[in-house]
Amino acid sequence: MPEVLKAPLVVEFPFTRSLGPVQSAFLTGLREGVVLGVRTGDGRTLVPPVEYDPVTAEEIRDLVEVAPTGTVTTWAWNHAPRRGQPLTTPFAWVLVRLDGADTALLHALDAPGPDAVHTGMRVRVRWATDRTGAITDIACFEPYDGDPPQPSGHTGEFEDPVTGIVAAARLDYTYSPGRAQTAYINALAGRRTVGERCPSCRKVYVPPRGACPTCGVATSEQVEVGPRGTVTTFCIVNIKAAHTANLDIEVPYVYAHIALDGAGLALHGRIGGIPYDEVRMGLRVEPVWTEGARYPDHYRPTGEPDADYDTYKELL
Amino acid sequence: MSKEPVAVVGIGQTKHVAARRDVSIAGLVREAARRALDDAELTWADIDAVVIGKAPDFFEGVMMPELYLADALGAVGKPMLRVHTAGSVGGSTALVAAGLVAARVHGTVLTLAFEKQSESNAMWGLSLPIPFQQPLLAGAGGFFAPHVRAYMRRSGAPETVGALVAYKDRRNALKNPYAHLHEHDITLERVTSSPMLWDPIRYSETCPSSDGACAMILTDRAGAARAPRPPAWMLGGAMRSEPTLFAGKDFVSPRAGRDCAADVYRQAGITDPRREIDGAEIYVPFSWYEPMWLENLGFAAEGEGWKLTEAGVTELDGDLPVNMSGGVLSTNPIGASGMIRFAEAALQVRGQAGEHQVEGARRVLGHAYGGGSQFFSMWLVGAQPPDS
Repeated sequence: MPEVLKAPLVVEFPFTRSLGPVQSAFLTGLREGVVLGVRTGDGRTLVPPVEYDPVTAEEIRDLVEVAPTGTVTTWAWNHAPRRGQPLTTPFAWVLVRLDGADTALLHALDAPGPDAVHTGMRVRVRWATDRTGAITDIACFEPYDGDPPQPSGHTGEFEDPVTGIVAAARLDYTYSPGRAQTAYINALAGRRTVGERCPSCRKVYVPPRGACPTCGVATSEQVEVGPRGTVTTFCIVNIKAAHTANLDIEVPYVYAHIALDGAGLALHGRIGGIPYDEVRMGLRVEPVWTEGARYPDHYRPTGEPDADYDTYKELL
Repeated sequence: MSKEPVAVVGIGQTKHVAARRDVSIAGLVREAARRALDDAELTWADIDAVVIGKAPDFFEGVMMPELYLADALGAVGKPMLRVHTAGSVGGSTALVAAGLVAARVHGTVLTLAFEKQSESNAMWGLSLPIPFQQPLLAGAGGFFAPHVRAYMRRSGAPETVGALVAYKDRRNALKNPYAHLHEHDITLERVTSSPMLWDPIRYSETCPSSDGACAMILTDRAGAARAPRPPAWMLGGAMRSEPTLFAGKDFVSPRAGRDCAADVYRQAGITDPRREIDGAEIYVPFSWYEPMWLENLGFAAEGEGWKLTEAGVTELDGDLPVNMSGGVLSTNPIGASGMIRFAEAALQVRGQAGEHQVEGARRVLGHAYGGGSQFFSMWLVGAQPPDS
């Protein structure tokens, strides 16, 4: 069996987040070098603060300043920091209960090695030089054996508060299309479209999935379909979506469902070589390839008479 | 042993808008949940479990919101679970919650669905750059527009029907204070002259992007007896799924939708939905889906759905009003849209729908679908409990 294709797939997006009143105050505080917690109904102080009491579910808004010093409650050594983590050299992930708080905050501790870290050790905030109103305004924690400074009693009221953040999300995958689609993609390199026939219902799947979703059985018999086909239905695209903006296609263009001869379902493609307003259901088309492309650039009319509606209505 | 009857005793929605920058996601869901509790005159302590739904994770980048939102929804110390079924999720979330009451696992359940489209990107979430695959050539409208054309060909519907739906739903939205779009200057001419985006779908025949949340309190007979306002009773509920693509898939009238409706009607003893049901809140993200789903749901014979729309039957004062609230065409926080359909159906039979109330509504259908027309969830609610 030929080797199955693999390629990296990076999924990333800069999501925006509205903070609401409590997170807004917390992150604005960090920008100003102040750590804020929130007081619960039973008098505990939660750092980082939350909007709703975890015990009573009541809304809580009573912000209180805590000290930038605290005690490590537990920790784990990170031998190999990854992209985007607080420090580029090995460090300890720590939970720190700041002086004045009843809960612990997760962050990084800059320490020379795991032997220099222990539960109960005293630490303080190392502030980032450029602060924007984000958790990274705390660059990390560092060992500290001095007295805790007295908080100034900040109320959490700020001019020009931070109201939103950008939370970049990124996932790194190794993607494989699997055995059946690898065969399909390899055949496309020779400008042939090869699907797989279901041994039970005899329908030909293009692209093949390796199984028939209707019958629930594996497929393996390869069947070449096309190259000609029939436009079963279509729309005329008059606007470019943001993600198609970089495709070199002028609007309006026709986006069609095309049932290749012999295929059990339609695939999608663009129709060219004919004015967009002359495209119709039943139009007979064939692929137009460009050098080096994995898929046909578009499909153009073959000049054959249109297919009768009854021949493709089951493929709509 | 028979199932416990399920009653809706509390409903809460946020005012749906393009962007709720003043609240976090926690604050948004809290607002809807608080209003549902107030409607039911209950407190957090009265809730036994929380069932939450939202759009696919890639839309908003929030994975496992059930963890992040536990304190905002008073779920600490209680079971909390999440349902995923793409655009139909609001409907299936409500049905999972209803199942917990019907099975007597819990007495009173808070169910909620939400989305902040302003902080998410549905188009990005739907078009990940998968290696080796052909890039998607059109947006969400481009996915559905060819199916609309197929419906027009199959039914012989005149081109004007889609605009009638959009004009109706936008006028209905003017009577719903929670609807996102309030187009006071809407006219049929404005709809038909709006830009053609994905021919045959015009701009005014598409749904907006909204921020919003919807919550319901579901309870058993004992809970309903204590309710301060009339409950809505679940008379039937069902979900069905099918693959996005398979040989023989009918995109115009998917079998999963037909089977789902038939199951709901069987449970509720409905033999003639057109006569026995007083209104429907149907998931219509593009106008033409109204006549398409009228056929799929058994309100009209195949190829005849557009005739109900054209004759005014689905208008607010018609004899089968559809999307009295303004529908998805007027409000679309995707993750919540299905639950809004279910909740609006319940509001109607409770007589609590305000200006968009259908006089004397006794039985109303709530419907949601999602994915590539592959997940369906529906319930029928009534003013009277089942078997009475």
